[in-house]
Amino acid sequence: MDRSVNLLDLALGFDEPSPLRGKVVLIEDCVETSGSFVLHQMMKRVLSPHSSDALIFLAFARPFSHYDRVLRKLGCNLSTQKTNNRLVFVDMLMMKCSDGDDNVSGVAKLFREIQGTVRKLGNVTNRNITVMVDDMSLLEIAATNSNSDHVLDFLHYCHTLTCESNCSLVTLNHEDIYSSMERPAYLLQMVCLADIVIKAEPLASGLANDVHGQLTVVNKGMISSKSGKGSSRNKLQNFQFRIKENVRYAAKTCVCALWHMDEAIDASLTWSKHCFSSLKLVYSTVGPSIVS
Amino acid sequence: MADSIFRKLRDGGEEGELAPALTIEETVVSPFALDVSCYLLANLSSSILAGKSKSEGLVLVTFSRSPSFYLQFLKQKGIVVSSSSKWIRVLDCYTDPLGWIDQPSTGVTEGPSLVKLNKCVSDLKRLFSSVIDAGREMVGDGKTRFSVAIDSVNELLRHSSMPLVSGLLTDLRSHAQVSSLFWSLNTDLHQEKVTNALEYISTMKANLEPFCPSPDGKRNALENLFLAHQDFGKGRFHVRFKLRKGRVRVMSEEYHVDQTGINLSPISSAESVIAATKSLIPKVHFNLQLSEKERVEKEKVVLPFEHQDHGKSTEIYDGRRTLADGKTEATPLSSGELQADVVSSGKGGEIIYFRDSDDEHPDSDEDPDDDLDI
Repeated sequence: MDRSVNLLDLALGFDEPSPLRGKVVLIEDCVETSGSFVLHQMMKRVLSPHSSDALIFLAFARPFSHYDRVLRKLGCNLSTQKTNNRLVFVDMLMMKCSDGDDNVSGVAKLFREIQGTVRKLGNVTNRNITVMVDDMSLLEIAATNSNSDHVLDFLHYCHTLTCESNCSLVTLNHEDIYSSMERPAYLLQMVCLADIVIKAEPLASGLANDVHGQLTVVNKGMISSKSGKGSSRNKLQNFQFRIKENVRYAAKTCVCALWHMDEAIDASLTWSKHCFSSLKLVYSTVGPSIVS
Repeated sequence: MADSIFRKLRDGGEEGELAPALTIEETVVSPFALDVSCYLLANLSSSILAGKSKSEGLVLVTFSRSPSFYLQFLKQKGIVVSSSSKWIRVLDCYTDPLGWIDQPSTGVTEGPSLVKLNKCVSDLKRLFSSVIDAGREMVGDGKTRFSVAIDSVNELLRHSSMPLVSGLLTDLRSHAQVSSLFWSLNTDLHQEKVTNALEYISTMKANLEPFCPSPDGKRNALENLFLAHQDFGKGRFHVRFKLRKGRVRVMSEEYHVDQTGINLSPISSAESVIAATKSLIPKVHFNLQLSEKERVEKEKVVLPFEHQDHGKSTEIYDGRRTLADGKTEATPLSSGELQADVVSSGKGGEIIYFRDSDDEHPDSDEDPDDDLDI
């Protein structure tokens, strides 16, 4: 397993201890380029065997089995982490939506549960806690009757956890859902709240055989009230990536292999292997014609 | 220039006048209003402690950061705030603005304390009362005044309508004991009418913009954030003062944000032009710019029909007589001489060239044949 720091890790500061402590990270993606692999990469880093950090994962998009399968390929056993109390997996797909007029109480209750969990997990010394949400658009639909104000309120309260308990907050959102003029304020609110914005998008030149997309990482930085040092303020980095099976990151000028089991293959392992070999066959025949 | 803002806030308004108010506007591309607010907060606090300010206290209303963030920031600036400090009060509208957290509280923490929790930010009347009560705790009920700082009105505008927020800010300005008032606003998050309404209320408006602002405005604010490469963290800081007589004065500076905070400096026109030019060049994988050496070499190139008579003006004969030539008749070309409005060196067979437009850039996109009258 490659334990070296890749480009995304460098951009996020994972070459230093606890780079995301007290920070809000927003991952934006679109239909053409999914940003889920960034989420998985960060999960792997948080649950690294070299630290005692904990993760609270709110899953609105996929069940536990999917993430377990994906992270196994990356060398991380989520079931073991659950047993060791390093992972709290909140399967929102199994929870019923709150009906009735009082939709605010649903998100408020969810926040109180998260806050309680953070306090319990925070009893371990030097433990950083990360709260991840996959994804915000489904949170808006499932929890609050499609009211973005309630989602923003929820985000605000999660932001208070970053100050109160030095938690990190990582959210995934689909930018193209809100591309109309009526909704950009919602996206902009999230961007304003975030300290680090990671945008996954296709190449401007279109589809390519060797490069599947580009990542732009904006690290807005903050005046750190604890240490007095603002590390890496206002940095913007851009690099390309290629997805094959497991995750490694590509510099802009050279194409290295990435291996990542994407969420498109999420049935059984046998079926996924079959699909992958079929995809490889399809890609090898269709890919060159797309590029040309 | 930022000092001008600080002085106006420090000195406050005259008796009987509304308190001076400052709006600090930021955008998604230039999200540094917090840095400006912290700069003003530190300076105001220092002047209050030194007794150089007309106000003797400061009420800080926090919406976007926790009170501990600001207290820690002041501590870094050498201003220690303790629970016994009588010159500052913090109204905490950040920790639990909607009352989601179960705490045995009636909504606003009772009793004198440095930080008071407000659990109902949508009730603006109560918020106004809390601000005034916090101020009076410090300075009493007499004529002594205090300043009010609101770190962000974005959250206020999310929970309350624009007229109510305007009403709150106007009421604060109108209060006899409020010396000065400032707040910040992200203009990308709100409609233009909201921004305009707040600008009408304020006597000073400061806005942050990058070196090369996009004309698309908030529609492409997200794209602009990712396009602002090396200029992120730098830009222009414009301040507009509304003077008493009705005149408006605008001043500008350059800002640069780093680990220590925001730094303001006079505008360097050359650097800003270069920065703007660099930002306008599209981001492609091949080089569109000239290096310094290439630029110098290009200037050295002698164009045909130019620079033949060094130091002398060059003109080209276009076949038409000028008024000054008067009776001079054009001679046939076979005579080998050119006349009329041509400055001739006396030698035969000379081509004298007038550039059509001296101030036209050599690589202009304008089609030179546009003016043909065919």
